[in-house]
Amino acid sequence: MKLTGAEILVKSLEAEGVDTIFGYPGGGVLNIYDALYDCNLNHVLTRHEQGAAHAADGYARATGKPGVCLATSGPGATNLVTGLANAYMDSIPLVALTGQVATNFIGKDSFQEADITGITLPVTKHNYLVKDVKELSRVIKEAFHIATTGRPGPVLIDIPKDISATRTDFEYPETVNLRGYNPYVEAGQEQINLAAQAIAGAQRPVIYAGGGIIASHASAELKQLAELILAPVTTTLMAMGCFPENHPLSLGMLGMHGTAYANYAVSDCDLLIAVGARFDDRVTGNVATFAPDAKIIHIDIDPAEMGKNVRVDIRVLGDVKNSLARLVERVSAKMATEWQDKIARWKKEHPLSYDQKCGGLKPQYVIEQISELTKDREAKICTEVGQHQMWAAQYYTFTQPRSFISSGGLGTMGYGFPSSIGAQVGCPDATVFNIAGDGSIQMNIQELATAVQYELPVNVAIMNNGFLGMVRQWQEMFYKRRYCNVEITAPDFVKLAEAYGAEGIRVTEAAQVKPALEQAMASSKPVFLDFIVEKEENVFPMVPPGGSLNKMIGG
Amino acid sequence: MKHTLAVLVENKPAVLTHISGLISRRAFNIHSIAAGASEDPDITRITIVVECDNNDELDQVINQLAKLINVIKIVNMTSVESISRDLALIKVKASPERRSDIVDIVDIFRAKIVDVNRETMVIELTGEEDKIDALCEVLKDHGIVEIVRSGKIALSRGPEAAAKNI
Repeated sequence: MKLTGAEILVKSLEAEGVDTIFGYPGGGVLNIYDALYDCNLNHVLTRHEQGAAHAADGYARATGKPGVCLATSGPGATNLVTGLANAYMDSIPLVALTGQVATNFIGKDSFQEADITGITLPVTKHNYLVKDVKELSRVIKEAFHIATTGRPGPVLIDIPKDISATRTDFEYPETVNLRGYNPYVEAGQEQINLAAQAIAGAQRPVIYAGGGIIASHASAELKQLAELILAPVTTTLMAMGCFPENHPLSLGMLGMHGTAYANYAVSDCDLLIAVGARFDDRVTGNVATFAPDAKIIHIDIDPAEMGKNVRVDIRVLGDVKNSLARLVERVSAKMATEWQDKIARWKKEHPLSYDQKCGGLKPQYVIEQISELTKDREAKICTEVGQHQMWAAQYYTFTQPRSFISSGGLGTMGYGFPSSIGAQVGCPDATVFNIAGDGSIQMNIQELATAVQYELPVNVAIMNNGFLGMVRQWQEMFYKRRYCNVEITAPDFVKLAEAYGAEGIRVTEAAQVKPALEQAMASSKPVFLDFIVEKEENVFPMVPPGGSLNKMIGG
Repeated sequence: MKHTLAVLVENKPAVLTHISGLISRRAFNIHSIAAGASEDPDITRITIVVECDNNDELDQVINQLAKLINVIKIVNMTSVESISRDLALIKVKASPERRSDIVDIVDIFRAKIVDVNRETMVIELTGEEDKIDALCEVLKDHGIVEIVRSGKIALSRGPEAAAKNI
């Protein structure tokens, strides 16, 4: 029997094991929505296509499965762009489906036409415009393959309206034939041996772990290596939770707002083992003074990351999990030396700290309480972007991979709330928090209707300080306190939550924090927690932009 | 230093857009780019001349290009024995009294005159870039009306093809 393109799309998604799509209908995807009417795919109707893209991204990060989002042509498609760029920067597997005007209308400035493959070229791993329905199933097969293998990333498929209506025979291909794409890379034995030798000779090793550990499911191998060679482990924002932060070898996050001891350790080490990380400028500070005494081993699947930002001495090109496992076989156990003592001393002398006594309610305290109350359960901690994000990274004790969901590379305000919806859809039993600021939450606040409609008990903890806090902090520190357009008003979040059919709780004092969090976690509704916090609290430590990692303010 | 890359890509729509988009987004310094058919109807061969200060920069260009799904293989023609050519068509002012001077120059360069009219001539020259640069320089005295160049194309010497083992 011949199927329409739309039916082929649905059958192909089912063949890929997709259970959930985040989307928003429109004229260009009417055929697809008609096919969805008859299938068992769970469709989550967001309130904005950007929300759909971020929700699919949050779903992917929380579950490890590719996220799928669907939007109509023109504005529907362009609204996905930020979500795609966000997923691209953080290497998140996503398949975005967009409607397009019919093929004979393409290029005519037709109603709701946008050149979405052209627009998304630099923010997707690959994209397709399907011009023949016979190609559709192959393209979908390839898209999922490309999105989920090698260094993962988003792939977009643009489907003109006549293609989704045209009938053809359907057979889902079993294999992919892409001769220009070979994602299964195993490191050469010689490189593994070189890395093992460097480790054997190192006096002061540090492991710098990135999001690749999570993408490659390599937490166990990372822990084995770290414990074997007694190397302290610092993680990037993308890698929070890939190494348990309550482990004695954990250094927490490094970089601009990393812990002082992580930054000192990296600056003082003689061997830096970078695994699945990409030496982002927020991590390295001034590259000229980054890990100045260290030999650098870079273990990564993407050859283009090797030597892109910093010099690398030993390039181990291959899957992170495989490389780490083979490295563990090659290295012998190391004994504790004065290096471990030195790190212990740094940890003792320069702990993360904030002043609880003076000023109003401290956001750091709120995050510590969230950490404490969720430590024994499956928790997904999403964030927006800004000060609250950094405090979440600093003061929540992450112990599980995929428990921290945050926009790292692109730094997208408005990411956290829809991603928390995606995380909750993907992990219905998890306790989900979106740690937000009063600025960021207003960027995709419309998704509260989605959370209410689908009865998703997401907890939104708003660190409400009346400012765009991170920008204010920079204006305070680097622009002589000339606060320009950083004071931001907000609606009454409690009333707003109630108006949407959610719950709202306002918290103004430390003593109310724990009961409010318990109440929110017990509720079956989405809850907005409006924490009225100290207005001009700063995130410390801080490496000034372009500065050296070991020259921190407030370290 | 300039490097010449032979980039073999799938002969599919939008491949050139992917390549040029990547080049501009990554701010690579491209000197010329020439695309055309190859011995395989499914493969388009693109010759890119890229200017890089050091090997790390060149690695970036090659690795980033190689990441594109439709790029099948990249060969650095600068690191193998190769022949390279550029084709130029040059329209030059040529009043009847100056034609013989120009014809002399054309002969010296082993170029060809492919069009003549009362006011101008069109000269065709195939060769290495420097040779074409030199001809253009000499013709400047006569007044160049317009120039079009194909950009460099390159092929390795010896029996092997760039598309080997793909």
